[in-house]
Amino acid sequence: MKPFDWLLAVGVAIVGAICLVWLGIAGVLLWAVLDPQDWETVIAALGGKGGLLLFLWAGSLLPTAAALRYLITRYIRAPARLVEDARVRLDSDIPAPIRTHGSRECRQLAGVIEQLLARRQELKSEMDVRVREASRQTEMEKSRLAALMSELTKSVVVCNLDGRILLYNNRARIQFRRLSRAPGGAGGAELLGLGRSIYTALDRRLVNHALENVQRRLRRGANAPSAQFVTTTLSGKLLRVQMTPVRGVAPDEPGASAGQSAEMTGFVLLIENITDEMQTDSEKDRILTSLTEGSRAALANTRAAIEVLEYPDVEESMRERLLGVIREEVQGLSDRIAKLQQSSSHALRSRWPLEDMLASDLLEAGSRRIESELGLHADREEETDGIWLKVESFTLLQALVHLAGRLKDDCGVRAVTLRLGQAEGRARLDLMWTPDRDEPNKAELGWDREPIRIGSETLSLTVHDVLDRHDGECWIEQEVDDQRHRCFFRLLLPLAAPQEELPTATFVRHESRPEYYDFDLFKSTAQTRSLDDCPLGDLAYTVFDTETTGLNPAGGDEIIQIGAVRIVNGKVLKQEYFDQLVDPRRIITPASIPIHGITPDMVKGQPTIDEVLPAFHSFCEDTVLVAHNAAFDMRCLEVKEKQTGVKFDQPVLDTLLLSALVHENQESHRLEAIAERFGLTIIGRHTAIGDAMVTAEILVKLIPLLADKGIHTLAEARQAAQQTLYARINY
Amino acid sequence: MGSKILIADDEPNIVISLEYLMRREGYEVEVARDGDEALSMIQRDRPDLVLLDAMMPGKSGFEVCQAVRDDDRLAGTQILMLTAKGRETDVAKGKALGADAYIIKPFSTRELAEKVRSMLGNEP
Repeated sequence: MKPFDWLLAVGVAIVGAICLVWLGIAGVLLWAVLDPQDWETVIAALGGKGGLLLFLWAGSLLPTAAALRYLITRYIRAPARLVEDARVRLDSDIPAPIRTHGSRECRQLAGVIEQLLARRQELKSEMDVRVREASRQTEMEKSRLAALMSELTKSVVVCNLDGRILLYNNRARIQFRRLSRAPGGAGGAELLGLGRSIYTALDRRLVNHALENVQRRLRRGANAPSAQFVTTTLSGKLLRVQMTPVRGVAPDEPGASAGQSAEMTGFVLLIENITDEMQTDSEKDRILTSLTEGSRAALANTRAAIEVLEYPDVEESMRERLLGVIREEVQGLSDRIAKLQQSSSHALRSRWPLEDMLASDLLEAGSRRIESELGLHADREEETDGIWLKVESFTLLQALVHLAGRLKDDCGVRAVTLRLGQAEGRARLDLMWTPDRDEPNKAELGWDREPIRIGSETLSLTVHDVLDRHDGECWIEQEVDDQRHRCFFRLLLPLAAPQEELPTATFVRHESRPEYYDFDLFKSTAQTRSLDDCPLGDLAYTVFDTETTGLNPAGGDEIIQIGAVRIVNGKVLKQEYFDQLVDPRRIITPASIPIHGITPDMVKGQPTIDEVLPAFHSFCEDTVLVAHNAAFDMRCLEVKEKQTGVKFDQPVLDTLLLSALVHENQESHRLEAIAERFGLTIIGRHTAIGDAMVTAEILVKLIPLLADKGIHTLAEARQAAQQTLYARINY
Repeated sequence: MGSKILIADDEPNIVISLEYLMRREGYEVEVARDGDEALSMIQRDRPDLVLLDAMMPGKSGFEVCQAVRDDDRLAGTQILMLTAKGRETDVAKGKALGADAYIIKPFSTRELAEKVRSMLGNEP
């Protein structure tokens, strides 16, 4: 049924009323102008037919209503509907059609609106594409930068002005691991980590001094406003640090290209461990001094003696004594030189810059070059694995290709073998071939003195020059055993100390790109607010778990494993973790072994709690401690306070209580149950680090849910947690 | 009476030659084997000139030189430093501490003799 149309009714009523009023007025006017007799006649004529008049009036209302309905539909309803349709489209992107009824104008209007909307949609999607493109670009640049940094051979650390670390590279990680005094588990992660302060590793005054210098230079408009300083670390290493400012981007001004402003937003530190370099230098210095000053005195003695001897009237006894002096001094000089040559012949040489290279890499590159340049078949033999060389690989490879090329051209050799071994403190790189039985060996050592030829190109360099750079030598040898007769060029090359390679983290590496950077930290400034007022998302957390010999820490149960991971800027930093077994100095009850999987063998030789807790404490510095059922873990730390002198007085959050807050109707708040609710997989449950990782993931998921409950700050979270039922359980 | 010269050097091999040389030049010669001995002999015997080695056991030549210059009574003592330390900074140090001359080893004995002669005013 159609709803009652009030608009139509009112319209008809108005028209009807107007007609009535008009009739009335017409009557009154007639009455006024007509004579009373005529009036009588009219009345008589109409007499009794008033009803007809009324009927006529009522009848005229019907076409009026029809006309009104038509007009209303066409000129009021249709535009109103158009407005509604347009309004819907105004706020949403749902492509609801705009219905077109009503007058032609109305339909045209609808068409225009439709077009406008379409154009808006176009603009919007274009904008979206651009925004997506831009953010993809930014993301790409960021990861390109991170990738670049990670490949650099110098340690790079980028900090904001407060000294908080927002980027570091792999090299820096290795370096800080060396500087760390913590037992194995933290491995420098307590010094170097995203959001950590660089001042734990470097002296704040030194860094500030360098900062001031840089800022002064920036204000002066200096070209290269960087500063340098050398510092000793706690472990006695010598570091050379170069500081370069990170400048803010100048706001866009019309006409001016976007450039760097003079304002500093952070700084880049290039850190080099120069301990070895300094040692070499001071050794060099010692040699030089002994050569100059030591020889001077001896020469003076000799010369004076000789000059005295030149007097014709020197007595015989004096003459003998002077000759003795000369003999002794000359002997001393000879001894000194012999000793020098023995001890440090290469310390004094200025060396061509050589790089450390894994021998197998060099062999592979060498065989590939020989195969591609000469079309020879090239095999590889490595006698010992993991030899590191100190080489300048580019020219060394050219030298190899040159020698192999001569073998091919002059001796008809079609296959060579590159062999690498090690003897007497040197690496031996052999370029081997099997000589033709019937032909005399045409290979000549003299090839090393001729300019290196690669294809049609002749270099100004000889093989001998290349070996000279390496303080090396080269000769031809042959070896004959029962099966084969092989000749080879033997190249002696310097060895390098084996490189420390980062152990691949056990299971935490499921992402390909390490989280070594967080540029969002540029924005964060010094904490002026107390931690309590800090939004939960802005805090740095250390999420940890302990495995113990039992459930009664006060009764003598001991920690046997600590695992911890940090959360900075709402991200779990899976690369910066603390994972340490602890020797409990007591038996691990067999009953507990199935739970934590730690056997007495595993803790044998591990550091004790006295060593581990201080390292763990520095790992936790400036963060909020988080654990699942934190009361227990905190109790474990607490009972060790006296013994180790380490006090954990950071604020503490408990994921068990927080989970109870968020999901009050859930039955279980065990770690597995929560993880399942959040769709998290636990890898390595009941290892300390595995549990810590999953607890950290849970905390990250909990923070937005807490915000929904109106819990935003640390203080609010702690207070709310206190009030939950679970808080009453106390260890 | 000739001038008195003190040779302060811990190396007997140079002392032999220097002693012979200075005696031959007609000076009265004394020898000290280390810094402390040198200083006490300077105070006691008041030599006119000291051939002072910079590096000696006990007090170094530099220290002896400074001690002599700090003592007004020894103002007349001339000091000629003989040293294997050839760096400019060492020469500057010796001069600054009051050495009258500084000769770097090895040296020509003839030049040394001439130097001594000129310092003592050509008068053996």
